[in-house]
Amino acid sequence: MIAIVDYGVGNLFSLKSSFGAIGAEIVVTSDPAVIQNAERIILPGVGAFADAAEKLRKSGLDQVILEETKKGKPLLGICLGMQMLFEKSYEYGEHEGLGLIPGAVRPIADVIPKDLKIPHIGWNPLHLRAPKDKLFSYLNEGDCVYFVHSYYAADCDDYVIATAEYGAELTAAVRNGNVWGAQFHPEKSGKIGLAILRAFCEI
Amino acid sequence: MITKRIIPCLDVRDGRVVKGVNFAGLRDVSSPVSLAEFYSECGADELVFYDITASCEERSLFTDILRQTAERVFIPLTVGGGIRTLDDFDRVLKCGADKVSVNSGAIANPDLIYHAAKKYGDQCVVLSVDMKRVDGTFHVFAKGGREDTGIEAIEWIKRGVENGAGEIVVNSIDTDGVKQGFDLEMLNAVCQVVNVPVIASGGAGCMEDFVTLFHTLPKVDAGLAASIFHFGEVDIKELKQKLANENINVRL
Repeated sequence: MIAIVDYGVGNLFSLKSSFGAIGAEIVVTSDPAVIQNAERIILPGVGAFADAAEKLRKSGLDQVILEETKKGKPLLGICLGMQMLFEKSYEYGEHEGLGLIPGAVRPIADVIPKDLKIPHIGWNPLHLRAPKDKLFSYLNEGDCVYFVHSYYAADCDDYVIATAEYGAELTAAVRNGNVWGAQFHPEKSGKIGLAILRAFCEI
Repeated sequence: MITKRIIPCLDVRDGRVVKGVNFAGLRDVSSPVSLAEFYSECGADELVFYDITASCEERSLFTDILRQTAERVFIPLTVGGGIRTLDDFDRVLKCGADKVSVNSGAIANPDLIYHAAKKYGDQCVVLSVDMKRVDGTFHVFAKGGREDTGIEAIEWIKRGVENGAGEIVVNSIDTDGVKQGFDLEMLNAVCQVVNVPVIASGGAGCMEDFVTLFHTLPKVDAGLAASIFHFGEVDIKELKQKLANENINVRL
């Protein structure tokens, strides 16, 4: 069973449906016991970093996530959920993240040419730095996924497993041991997205 | 680099796709769910569901259809039609929409864009504009393109983006239904003033029109059409292959 952590941020309808479509047993939950009993954890997230991080802390689920991942339980952070895995974010100030992956979240505007639009939104091909990673079991170099973001994970080169080119090589997916993160939205990335979720279910 | 998007638009009334649909091999051609699945399989990059219903009962039928689609189709979904309040945003986002397109609702209440963008993020708010040439300038039209609001369209779009619209759909009334190609002059005028994605709509009659669009105006991000896809005049799979052959960056 996979627990999608519900800490009051964003709409989990599509994420829930996408796991349903691949036949995975899932539960959307804010109950620590359910997360403790789950085999895998999904940390979703949309919106602003500070707000989401505070909600996660207030819910106390940040501690549950830290304990469970320490035991080796696979976790996948998606979009803002991925960004929260890092030590800190510079989105409107400086905010602390979960610190599960070394690195910081910074504005895309710092690294891309001025004429490119922000947010980085749309379908963009993945460049797999670690094509043999378990998360990419069903993927090929150049498969397209759907992005919507204005900030990106920086200072984390050792943990980057895939990038996407948008005037700069932006972090698209990361891994530190049993903790994975995807900046894009697998639940909106068609068959390729579902294949990533399936691979995560089989880790 | 980010790919150019091809977007079919489905007009939905009474839970069915209106404008005749003509596909061999599709079991229920006017079921929005089946059609959405079909387009997703063909490589559509996004779908627009346009709610052309009037009554409340029909509206809840529309959201049922949207929910059923979002349960089975995993590409971005945009919803338009009858969006006038933040509650309308909430209603469709809860059913699986990713973006919400406003048109008449923004004309009636220009603050809607600002408040929606603040609440749901710029990327969620699409400003759709029905535009037509009047005395040498572009005007915004309302009521499905029947009424001239007198509003100067380029200024309207600039203001919409300042207020938080994250994407602009340019529907040219002048070229709509004519099938002689997109309105390149109008689209260029919009691209000059905004730095958010611009979606071209109105006028596509064949694959070549999409090639011309993306070659002539590299700043346009997407091409949207309805009947040419529904009637099978343009096959999305073939279209995307053709664009790729013409060195236009698309998702295959």
